[in-house]
Order: sequence, then structure tokens, then C-alpha cells
Amino acid sequence: MPGPGDRGGVKRKPRDAKGALRRILKYLMQYRAVLLLLIVCTMLSNIGNLLGPNFAGKAIDAASAGPGKVDMPTVTRYALLMLAFYVGGSLLNFTVSIGMMRVGRSVARNMRRDVFEKLMALPVGYFDQHQAGDIISRVSYDIDVVTTSLSADVVHILTSLITVVGSFIMMCTISVPLVLCMVFTIPVSILFTRRMSRKTRPLYAKRSAAYGVMNGFTEEMFSGQKTILAYAHEDQVCERFSEINRSAAEAYRDAGGLGVTMGPTIGLISNTGLAAIGLGGAILYMLGMVSLGQISSFVLYSRKFSCPINEIANIINEIFSALAASERVFQLLDEPNEAADIYGAAVLEDCKGDVEAKDVSFGYLPGRTILHNLNLRAKPGQTIAIVGPTGAGKTTIINLLMRFYDVDSGEIRVDGRESREYTMDSLRRSYAMVLQDTWVFAGTIFDNIAYGKENATLDEVVAAAKAARIHNYIMRLPEGYNTRISEDGGNISKGQKQLLTIARAMLYNTHMLILDEATSNVDTSTERQVQKAMRSLMKGRTCFVIAHRLSTIQNADSILVIDHGDVVEQGTHEELMARKGFYYRLYASQFE
Amino acid sequence: MRLILRSVGKYRKAVFLTIFIKLIGTMTELLLPYILEHMVDDVVPTGQLSQVICWGVAMFAAAGLCRQFNVMANRKAIDNAHRVSYDLRQALFEKTANLSGRQFDAFGLPSLISRMTSDSYNVQSAVQQTQMLCVRAPMLLLGGLVMTLSMDASLAMILVVTVPFLLGIVLFVSSRGIPLYTVVQQKLDTVVRIMRENITGIRVVKALSKTEYEKARFGAANRALTESDVHASTVMAIPGPFMQMSLNIGLVLVIILGARRVNAGEMRPGVILAFLTYFNMITMGVMGLNRIFMTMSRASASANRMDAVLKTGTDQTVLSEREAPPCADPDAFIRFDRVSFNYNQASGTEGFAGEQQEKALQDIDFTLRRGESLGIIGPTGCGKTTIVNLLMRFYDVQEGHVYVDGRDVRTYDKDSLRRKFGVVFQNDMIFQDTLRENIDFGRGLGEEALRSAVRDAMAAEYIDALDDGLDYRASIKGANLSGGQKQRLLVARALAADPEILILDDSSSALDYKTDAAMRKAIEEHHAGSTLILIAQRVSSVMNMDHILVMDNGACIGYGTHDELLANCPAYREIYEIQMGAMTA
Repeated sequence: MPGPGDRGGVKRKPRDAKGALRRILKYLMQYRAVLLLLIVCTMLSNIGNLLGPNFAGKAIDAASAGPGKVDMPTVTRYALLMLAFYVGGSLLNFTVSIGMMRVGRSVARNMRRDVFEKLMALPVGYFDQHQAGDIISRVSYDIDVVTTSLSADVVHILTSLITVVGSFIMMCTISVPLVLCMVFTIPVSILFTRRMSRKTRPLYAKRSAAYGVMNGFTEEMFSGQKTILAYAHEDQVCERFSEINRSAAEAYRDAGGLGVTMGPTIGLISNTGLAAIGLGGAILYMLGMVSLGQISSFVLYSRKFSCPINEIANIINEIFSALAASERVFQLLDEPNEAADIYGAAVLEDCKGDVEAKDVSFGYLPGRTILHNLNLRAKPGQTIAIVGPTGAGKTTIINLLMRFYDVDSGEIRVDGRESREYTMDSLRRSYAMVLQDTWVFAGTIFDNIAYGKENATLDEVVAAAKAARIHNYIMRLPEGYNTRISEDGGNISKGQKQLLTIARAMLYNTHMLILDEATSNVDTSTERQVQKAMRSLMKGRTCFVIAHRLSTIQNADSILVIDHGDVVEQGTHEELMARKGFYYRLYASQFE
Repeated sequence: MRLILRSVGKYRKAVFLTIFIKLIGTMTELLLPYILEHMVDDVVPTGQLSQVICWGVAMFAAAGLCRQFNVMANRKAIDNAHRVSYDLRQALFEKTANLSGRQFDAFGLPSLISRMTSDSYNVQSAVQQTQMLCVRAPMLLLGGLVMTLSMDASLAMILVVTVPFLLGIVLFVSSRGIPLYTVVQQKLDTVVRIMRENITGIRVVKALSKTEYEKARFGAANRALTESDVHASTVMAIPGPFMQMSLNIGLVLVIILGARRVNAGEMRPGVILAFLTYFNMITMGVMGLNRIFMTMSRASASANRMDAVLKTGTDQTVLSEREAPPCADPDAFIRFDRVSFNYNQASGTEGFAGEQQEKALQDIDFTLRRGESLGIIGPTGCGKTTIVNLLMRFYDVQEGHVYVDGRDVRTYDKDSLRRKFGVVFQNDMIFQDTLRENIDFGRGLGEEALRSAVRDAMAAEYIDALDDGLDYRASIKGANLSGGQKQRLLVARALAADPEILILDDSSSALDYKTDAAMRKAIEEHHAGSTLILIAQRVSSVMNMDHILVMDNGACIGYGTHDELLANCPAYREIYEIQMGAMTA
């Protein structure tokens, strides 16, 4: 076990092996009743296994009387008793291995659940900075490593520690001087294990990290497979993978290579102990301090003593690798959550849709401000259009409204209150949004449209789909609304996905609406039809619209023209056109 | 299973060496107790100190050797496993990277990812463990059998009958395990898929406050995974205790029968005692074998999944000129000759179940000369992107021919065909790398080429404004760039090698009109030699092209120049009027 003063990998992050162990134990303790039962079972089966040979011995004694004198009934009786104990022992063993397996799998399930729930609690920014593959690796690899080590072996071996103690006591009663001959193996084993743990744990951590990198790379490259093929780039990608693959394989080899020396070395130590007993025993015998019989039974006990220790040495690697793997899981679980709701946060209900941004400044990275002192006001029911060249910070405003990120300074007020005074949930629930990056999930078309509204009926979904002008397309599919879309939308085009998300938003009845390039991938005639539905959707709602086709926003109550994070102009279409400024040039450029 | 044997086969010498060393190690290990026994039983009673010391030293030496051999063997086992897993992963990665569009869709991204990861670990650890376990167990088993047979053949018959039966059970159960573990891995695919979906769609999930719903959805998949895992592992846990029990029953039989034989004077009583010891050895041997087979069972399931990918043949063979004759029209650079296509082939490939009744493309026919430009416009889902998919041979036509530079695309070697292209797809990828690498994309283009591509793509302004310029690192999927910045970066990638054919599929939807127009102008001026295919929603983007293809429902409903279409194609005129109407309004 890792000892105190363990400073493996202190350079980057303080690794807390004890903490990791404690947290794994915490997961295990949820099943303490089962575990207790399993330990009792194991002890019973140990006793059965010890008594079995005992009966066997008695049966054999009875059978040893010689030809013609064997007491067959006694033999049979002991043989049957022995059978009963063995069968019982086997059943108990079976129970223990099944029980422990179940506990292990349950712990894995709970860890996966916690990781997922953590993902749901993390701020959006986390996902902009971490590879999906690396995150998934923690679920598909690291947690798996943890469970594998939580096998029946652990219980079994831990229970057989009783045998270790018992044997040691027996050895002491037989001959203290003989114990002294081999007692050196205990501290040597402990010291060795500690030293090894210090050496191997960083290696196991490295292995887990290397797998994370590899999985991240795999995920990214497979996602972009078509692009890679299009540029005939696959050979280089494979070469780069080769390096990453090699370093993962080598991390595995380095960690494993050192780890597997553990078992044989502990074996050497205990064998040395045995040899010392042989030597010491001989000398003591010559000095007349022990009898031959004592040496024999001492040797028997010393084997019982060292056997579990050897077994522990063989699985301790798994425990180390499990600790390293669990650290990666816990590291993710320890990431700071999205800002919690403040104490007494209000629930935003029946939102009127009065939004005001005051002196808002924000940057994704410290020191690189993207929005400077932004001010905007949207009265209930108004439509605010945000226009500007690409990269001006339009989408950032949406990120702030939805509180995907929090402002650095200034404030955003909704219905007269600072948006941070509302619960995150109710604030976000007050907006419906259609984004440029459409998102659909593997499921039926119905599920995808009804996603925002629980218990939506088919009629409602069909009405929304009709309004979004996707109903006809859906009806042409083999199973209509029950047609399953594969992950990432399979073969449906970006435009169709966008229409699906528009239908989703139409179904999701809110007072505020965010449309970020909502129809950028939709063809013109469809867009015109959708616009009609959109206008009815927007009626009475506060809307934030980002669009490049300026024709779609001419009717906005106020148009915010943004450049380099500053509002450079603001007003209605007519006002801005009359001003012949930035907006005018932007508008005219459409027809050049 | 075959896959494992095949990939281990490459290292068979090293593996045999490992097993051989392990054999010596195991033998010294088994020798140790005998030395000790010999010391205690035979040497110590003689009272000869020199003899005792001699044997003691021998034992130390044996212990030392035993450690050395075992360490050596274990290290070699790990070393072999690391090579095998490296090879497997590399082969799988390379295969996956080269799958055709249809094949890729059939497996699905999450499943391909978990085959690369989770499945490869299962195989790796099985390869390691088997090497380390495969010596001791058979040795104990065989040794035990031989010893009992030599002692009392008729009693040993009990074993001779039981052991093969038990091994049969092990084999049977472990083969049953393969489909069970296959299910486990499939459930893992689902778990991975839901995680991916939530990671990519986190904004929508949060915006719609669906986190509780997603937790429940994940919870169901998580539970299903656990249940199938528990189910498989329960079945796999049966043979061990069962065999232990059977052997113990055998032992009881031995005692009873043995007692009879002793009574009849056919056997010495000591034999029964010896049998007891050897029975233990046999039990340990059988249990060890059991463990190997159970490990292999899981690994086989994983290996089969990997093999399924590796065995996928190329569904797109390079045809000879005779099979696919060259284009009849010598001037045509790109020609679609009455092309029809459907994503769902009759082959039963489980792709997306869309548009089954209709073809994705119907009878598409057009010709471009070198340096000409084609604009494609039409409603969402009308088959615009499919044209690119066929032209670059991500999919194969079902009817008709696609020609590039006078040759059927199917006669090109894949890479030499694609090297002619510079392309931006609809949902194209920005990789987590520097902007320079994202544009260069491993092609080793010169600085000047990159610079001019960046200028033509109208990306120079924003890239120069970054602290690191071209060395600025894009984060995952370009999350630190805006939509328009990403699109300009992608266009720069497409332009950088000055390709013969330039394809821009909806690559300016996030650009404002001014930038869009400037970009088109730059492309026209600096890449006049490139044949351009531009797919867009905006009439202004395509109106200046040499040809314009208007599509609807996979069919061509208008083809010609802007003016011709305005005159002849009502659909085109309508789009034009809607979009340009704003000007006159």
C-alpha cells in the first residue's frame, strides 16, 4: 500500500493516493452489508476448506488400518462429511465471487453515473477545452481498471490475512528462535512494497494519461475521417497515431514491466525466509533447541503464512493501477462545477422578457477581452438583431445571455433582476434557442423534436414540424416520425437538422427566443416559409436574432451593429440605413 | 480469437521464449519445497552442518533463480503484449481511417471508437495474462495426472474420466461467453454514444434544462451495461466453483474406493494420502486453465469486434480502363454522365433509413471544362452534397459514370484522385492543432502558399490579429474560433495547395456578404485555373458562375447560366427574386 510521504508525480499535480483509496472505499461502503456478508461467507468457506482436509485425514486414518481391517462405515461417514464441507465451501466460494463481482460492477456503474452527472454540472467551457475522447476514456478505460481489481480475489486474500496472523501465532508457539530466523522477511517485504509503489504509481498514472491522449486523438481523427480522406492525409495521420500509439504501448510496458517484478520479488523474499528456516532449523536442531517434528510443522505454517502474502504481491499491481486510474476519475469529479445558484435564488417564472445588459465586459481568456462595455436593452416582445462581421462577438453575447459563461464585469438583468439571482435552470428554461451548430441525437425524429417539451403529443410535434416546414420531408421517410436518426444526424443534411431544431424550438414555449443563424443552412424558399412561422413564433416574445442575411432582420425593433466587441451602431433598419455608416455598408455588400 | 492468434503469431519466437523461461522459472519454483523437505527430512537428522549449509545455499540460489526467471518471463510477456497491442491498434486505426463512407456509417462512430479503445485493452491484457498463466496450470494438471497414474492407475481413472469432462465444460462455457461479452461491448457502445452526444450537445442540453432527462437516459444505458456485464460474468463464474466441487467429489470417491482397495489388500494406505496432495495440484491446474479460458472468452469477443472492422474488404476497387472506359468527350474535365444514386443500397447495409423511396440523385448530367465553375443551388436535402460525395468517390454511383479529367473516378487510385481536390465540407473539422497545421494539413506546403491561401480566404486579417498568428492553437473542434473564422480557415485549407478542383460546400454560410464576395473575387483572380464547384444557398454566391445547376429532390430542374436560368427556370427566378427583392424593397 502507498505509504506516507508518497510524493509520486508531485511536479504536476499532487497525487493523493490515500485520498483515492479512501474514495474508492467510500464507493465500496455503500455495499457494506453485502461486503460484510461476503467476508463472513469467505471465512466460512475458509473454515470449510480447513476442516475438509481434516475429515479427509480422519477418513484416511480409518482407511489405513490395513487389508481386511478397514472400518468402512467410518470411512464413508468422514468421506461424506468431507463432501458436505467441500460442496458447502464451493457454494460459498461461488456466492463470494458472484457477490464481489456484482459489488464491483455496481461500483463501476455508480462511478460512471457520477462522472456523467458531473459532466452535466460542469460549465460549458470545460467541453471547449477537453477532448471528448479523453473524457470518455475515463469511463471506458479508467473505471474498468478500477472494477477489475475489485474482484473476488481481493476479498479472498484480505480474508486469508486471518490465516497469516493465525499461522504467525502458531509459529511463535512452536519456536520463537525459528521465528527470529525468518522475521526479517516482514519488514523487508513492507519496505520493498512501499518503494515499489512509489516507483510504479507514477508509471501507472502515466499509462492512464497516455491512454487518454490516445483516445482523444482517435476520437478527433475518426470524427474528421472524411476530411482526412479528402486531403489524402490518412498516411500522416496514421504516422502521428503511430507515435501516440507507441507511447501508449510503452507506457503500458513501463508500468507493467516494473509492476510484474513485484510478485516474483516478494516470492524471493518469502522463499529466502523458507531457506533461512531450513538453515536456522538445522542449527537449532543441532543445538538441541527444536525437534524435527517441530521444524516440519513450522515449515507447514510458514507456507500458510507466506502464501497469501505472495498472492497479495501478485494483485497489488492491479491495486496500484486501479488507484492511478481512479485518480483520473476523481480528478474529473473534482473539477469546479458551474457556478451554483446563489442562496435564495429566485425561480424565473412567467418571464416577461425584459432583458438589459449593462456595461458588460467579457473575455474567454483572462486578459483578452472580447466584449467591451456592452449595453443593450430589450423590452418585452421586442426583437433585437445583432449583426456584424464574423468574429465580432455575436455568439459570445448569446453565451452570456444563457449564462454558459458569466460576465467578467457589468451585469445582465432579466425582468429587472440580475440574471445571477435566478436559478440557472429557470433562467435557461426561459429561453428557446436555435443555434448555428445544430444538434440532434440518436433517437426517433419524434424524440428529437419533442426534446424540449415533456409529454408532447404527436399532434403538437406534427404542428411544430409543419410550421418548421419539415413535415413533408418526415412523412417521406419510411417510418415517418418514428424514423431513427443516427448519432450526429447520419445522412440528413445540415439544413434538415436545422429545421428539426427549429421545430424543437417552436414546441418549446418560452418568452424569450434566441436565433443564432437559425436558417443559415436552409434554402431560400424553405426559409421564406419558415420565416412566416418564425414571425408568428416571435410575436409577443423577446427575440435575439443573429443573421447574415440582413433581409431577415429588417423588421427588428433594434439592430445592434457589433464590431470587435463594441457596439458601433444601434437603431432600426431605417435609421441605420439613413446614417450610411457601418450597417449601410454591410447591407449594400449583400448585393455587390 | 483468430485475430489474437494471428497477431501473436508474428511474435511466436518471443512468446515461446517467454513460455520457456516461465517453464524454467516455474520448475525452480516447484523445486523449492522439495529442497526444503529434503533438508528437513533427510539432511538435518544427519547433523552434518556442512551438508545443511550446502543445501541451504542451494535453496537461496534456487529462490534467486526462480525470481530472476519469473521476472524475466513476466517482463517478456508484457513486452510481447505491448507489441501485439501496438500492432493491433495500428492496423485497426489505419483500417478505420480508410473505411469508405458507407462502411463507416455501418459501424457508427461511437462503436469504432470503443473498438479502438476498450476492445483493444481487453485483448492486450488477455495476451499478457495468458502468457503468464499458461505454463503453471497445464504443468500442475499434467504433473498431477502423471503422478496419480503412475501410483495407482485404476484409481486415477476417476480423474482421467473427470478432467476431460471438466475441461469440456470450461470450453463450452467460455465459448458461450463470447456472445455474452459481445453484448456487453455493444452496451458499452451505447454508453459511449450517449456521453459523446451530451458532450457535443451540451449547450442545447443545458439550454433546454434537460440535464435530468439526460441523466435518466444515461442511467438507463448505464444500467443496461451493468446488467449485461453482470449476466456475462455470472455465467463465467460458474465453471470455477463447479469444477472445484466436481474434483472434490472425485476425491471423496477416491477415498471411498481407495479404502475398499486397501481393505482388499490391493493398495497401500499411503497412496490415498498422496492422492490428496496431487488432487490439490490438479484442482489448481484446472482452475488456472479455467481462468485462462474465461479471460480469453472476453478477449475473443473484443477481438471479433476488432476483426469485423479489419476484415472489411475494400468495397471500392480500382477499376481498369476496360471496365470503366474513359469519357467520350475529350474536352470534359468533370462530367456527370446520367448519374443516379441511392444511399441505401439493396445490400442491406444498415445506414440511415432515409429517403428510401426516392433516389438521392436522379439522372444528373453535366459537363465542365477545365477552369470552369459550377454553382449548385437548391433546397435543403436535395442532393447537392451527394454530388461531392460521388465526385470524390466517398460513395460509388449506382447508375451512370462520373469522370474527372477524362477518366472514370473509379479507375483512379484513391489518393491520386483526391489529391486533385481542395474541399470544404458542410460540417468540416478543425483539428486541435495550430492554424498552420490545420491549413497545411501535413502537405508540407511552403510558407508563401499558406500565406496567400490565408489572404485569399479573407482570413489574414483575423489571423494576423492573433498573438501567435498562424501558430495560434485551435482548440477542440475549433471552439476558440467563431463560425466565420472557422469557415475562412477551412477555405484557406482548401486553397492552399492550389488544387485542380476546388469544392466549397456551403462554406460561407457564417460569413457576412462582404467577406463572402471578397473571398469569391480573390478565388476568381488567383485560382483561375481551378475548376470550381460551389454549393450555396445564396444566389449572389452562384450567379457569376459559368454554369449553375438548380436541384430539387435529387433531380436537376435547371441548368445553365444565370441569365438563362432567369429566363427558363421558374424555381431559380423565384429564389432570385426573394433574395434580391430586398434591394428594391
